[in-house]
Amino acid sequence: MELALGIILGCCALGAGIAMIAGIGPGIGEGNAVAKACEAIGRQPEAKGQVTSTMIMGCAIAETTGLYALVIAILLIFVAPSSFAGVLRDAIK
Amino acid sequence: MNARSLRFRAVDFLYLCMMILPLVAAMALKVCFSVSGDGVQIAGAQIYFTVPMPLMDMPLTEAQTNSWMVILSVWGLCLYMTHGLKVRADTKRQHLAEWCVTMCKKLVNENMGGFFAGYTPFIGAIMAISLFSSLLSLLGLFAPTSDLNVVAGWAILVFALITAAKCRCGPLLYMKSFCEPIPVMLPMNIISELATPISMAFRHYGNVMSGAVISVLVSSALTSLSRMLLGWLPGVLGDIPFLRVGIPAVLSIYFDVFSGCLQAFIFAMLTMLYVSGGFPMEEYQRRKADGKHSAKKAVRETV
Repeated sequence: MELALGIILGCCALGAGIAMIAGIGPGIGEGNAVAKACEAIGRQPEAKGQVTSTMIMGCAIAETTGLYALVIAILLIFVAPSSFAGVLRDAIK
Repeated sequence: MNARSLRFRAVDFLYLCMMILPLVAAMALKVCFSVSGDGVQIAGAQIYFTVPMPLMDMPLTEAQTNSWMVILSVWGLCLYMTHGLKVRADTKRQHLAEWCVTMCKKLVNENMGGFFAGYTPFIGAIMAISLFSSLLSLLGLFAPTSDLNVVAGWAILVFALITAAKCRCGPLLYMKSFCEPIPVMLPMNIISELATPISMAFRHYGNVMSGAVISVLVSSALTSLSRMLLGWLPGVLGDIPFLRVGIPAVLSIYFDVFSGCLQAFIFAMLTMLYVSGGFPMEEYQRRKADGKHSAKKAVRETV
């Protein structure tokens, strides 16, 4: 029982950590978007407002995949261990 | 300055109370129901009451009550700002109210076009409630937007609005839009349609929630660090976490204020883009032109 609980807790923590690897993608994507926005503002300073609002929108959409990973990680840390332990306890009974 | 009548002042006071009392009530509820702890805990919304229902018991959580309090408070704010309007604005609050309305109109006009001007109140309302819900965490209360259920409710509302806009030219055209550009894409299109509300809800919830979690983690880490470094101080001084002063406040400016404002703006912006993007404008205008044409013809024939 203790061993099984330990494996559940450890694997939940490991899974949360692995899920957050997805943070790399939005990081690179948003960096690219901001770099291009800076270039665009440098080329056309008068379009600064429009470029900035478009960039923020794009960043928000690019962030979505990272946030999916974050939600999965939060579920794995705070919700999954107790529910898995409940399942285990029922199985042992 | 013109002297205001006593009645005006009394109504003003009433509106101010309407603005502040819900927040005080939310704090009182939190104080009454919160369990004592060391102040550092990461948990979802607290359940205040459980209402028995036929199918499933309905829990009334902190998130729901807080969002109702925000609604009442924003209502009071609107009443206060629009109290005693004049044709020529001469008070600060009227200038502020006019500025807000003008900004909303400008935003909708820029992003959706003049045809969709009727959506302005909805966009303004959703922006205001999202903004004030996120800013509620500045008062030490649970921000309703860091509960998935509240934000998912708004996202479902927006999804209904998008679908209504897409169905404007009849359900047949709406169904046909799933088979474009080729009928093989049907499952993909259905998935991407369903992903819209999910991604909207998760984006808002994830941003606010992650900010709250990181703030709590940082402050608890600072507490233990100061207990380790400054624990040798005599008496009560050793128990006070000195390192916790100031640093979490800087994080709060980013996570609560900046992120809350940004997410409110993004939620409203995405609503506008999806609604105006989903509306079948060409077909609508073609039908309208046809309708006018045939109507004119009919009139001519009868004359």
